[in-house]
Amino acid sequence: MSNFWSAWIIVLTLPVLIGCALLLKWNLTNHVGVPEDSTTGHEVDGIEEINNPLPRWWTYMFVLTLVWSVYYLAAYPGLGKWQGFLGWTSSNQGIKSLEESRLAVEKAKAEGLNVQLDREVFKADEVYGPVFQQFAQRDVLDLAYDDEAIKIGQRLFLQNCALCHGSDARGQQGFPNLTDNDWLYGGTPDKIKETLLYGRKAAMPGWIDALGEQGVKEMTAYVLSLSGRSVNEREAEAGKAKFALCAACHGADGKGSLAHNLPFGAPNLTDNIWLYGGSAAAVEETLTKGRYGVMPAFEQTLGKDKVHILTAYVYRLAHPEPTTTAQ
Amino acid sequence: MSNKNHHEKIEKSVSLLAILSIVAISFGTLVLITPLFFMDETTQPVDGMQPYTALQLEGRDIYIREGCVGCHSQMVRPFRAEVERYGHYSVAGESVWDHPFLWGSKRTGPDLARVGQRYSDDWHYAHLMDPRSVVPQSNMPAYPWLDKNLLDGKHTAKKMTVLQSYGVPYTDEDIAGAAAAVQGKTEMQALIAYLQSLGTHLK
Repeated sequence: MSNFWSAWIIVLTLPVLIGCALLLKWNLTNHVGVPEDSTTGHEVDGIEEINNPLPRWWTYMFVLTLVWSVYYLAAYPGLGKWQGFLGWTSSNQGIKSLEESRLAVEKAKAEGLNVQLDREVFKADEVYGPVFQQFAQRDVLDLAYDDEAIKIGQRLFLQNCALCHGSDARGQQGFPNLTDNDWLYGGTPDKIKETLLYGRKAAMPGWIDALGEQGVKEMTAYVLSLSGRSVNEREAEAGKAKFALCAACHGADGKGSLAHNLPFGAPNLTDNIWLYGGSAAAVEETLTKGRYGVMPAFEQTLGKDKVHILTAYVYRLAHPEPTTTAQ
Repeated sequence: MSNKNHHEKIEKSVSLLAILSIVAISFGTLVLITPLFFMDETTQPVDGMQPYTALQLEGRDIYIREGCVGCHSQMVRPFRAEVERYGHYSVAGESVWDHPFLWGSKRTGPDLARVGQRYSDDWHYAHLMDPRSVVPQSNMPAYPWLDKNLLDGKHTAKKMTVLQSYGVPYTDEDIAGAAAAVQGKTEMQALIAYLQSLGTHLK
């Protein structure tokens, strides 16, 4: 705030307060021209207007609001650049980037500044932080079968993940089922955590330009045949001849990128699990238009400690019973 | 009755009463609102802010047309409960190029100030076509027609020119390419592009 606007606010605010006080004082003295408690001479249908003084309770309230306004403007930031003797502010409002915001929070913490939001967050961190930290230090495989951790994990899941994966985590068209232990990017605790923290962006290109309509039909037949579906043999054979296009990501055997230790997230085409539907029409659509599934990143939203617990919950979904080694 | 009773004059003249009432309440406006039009904190964009693309701008107008602001606010307030749920609180520098702003005041649905990149485009598509398909307990209406209506881009350049005159830094190339950028896109694509941009400017 510039000095001009600071002065503008002060010059307009203080005279108004003084004006209110003077108005009250003026109204406390009798200007009507007749003594108090006697009639002003106005009379309608026998009802007379009496020159009554201001009610005491009302006058006191008016005075109280004036006193409060003076205290308020002295204690809180209201008068231009004056920050108030309490040093209170609701949040670090002037920030222009997340980095500035982070620095402002650090400063508030280091110097014990009276920033309302930061104080609320610090207090909550003090209470809940140790709980999350304690869990964050333990192994995911251990947490996955800890009732407390799973209870927290489930709440985090319902609030953040259920929108796409469903409250039962069984997914829906376009959003993977998390309970079937069939993974696109890997189901080890490390890989699950990576997915949660940084998100995933799938890029299955559309092949209509390269294959043409007939080519898409043939490829659909071949892809369906990989999981043992009965298809038109001739079409499947024709599709197989062009499968090299797909093999770059899905592998020559169609078992998906994970089976070949590749990070593309290209699904296994042989297991009869279909992210976008396994009907011929759905596979054709996938081949024609491509699919660009996105898993959002949760590092910013949840932070590492909560993601750690969530990792355990997601791992547990696919492994209801403890296993001796991580898969 | 004494002639000194000025109060009586005000009581008996409606126009004088109106004028003096306006003077009385204008102090609040002058103190609380006027400085905001001129202060850096409220008039300067956040670092690295980009104006809406032509497609996002059309999406924003669909957001307005469909009345989304009636049920969704775009203002994360600086309370822990809100910051925990939605993300960083909103700051003035994020809205300086919004004409009009869409902060809203009603939250039948959740706040959308930070919804950008929170869900995938596919999710938004499924959700706008049929909200119950992804959120079973949702009471949001479906907007399937957005997927059928195509944008013609007839007024996109004009809108950007008007915004430019308000100080939104659109370049002449932006405006020249506006119609082509939205041509043939569905209203659904425009709305999703707009939603995915919300809250992503504060970096």
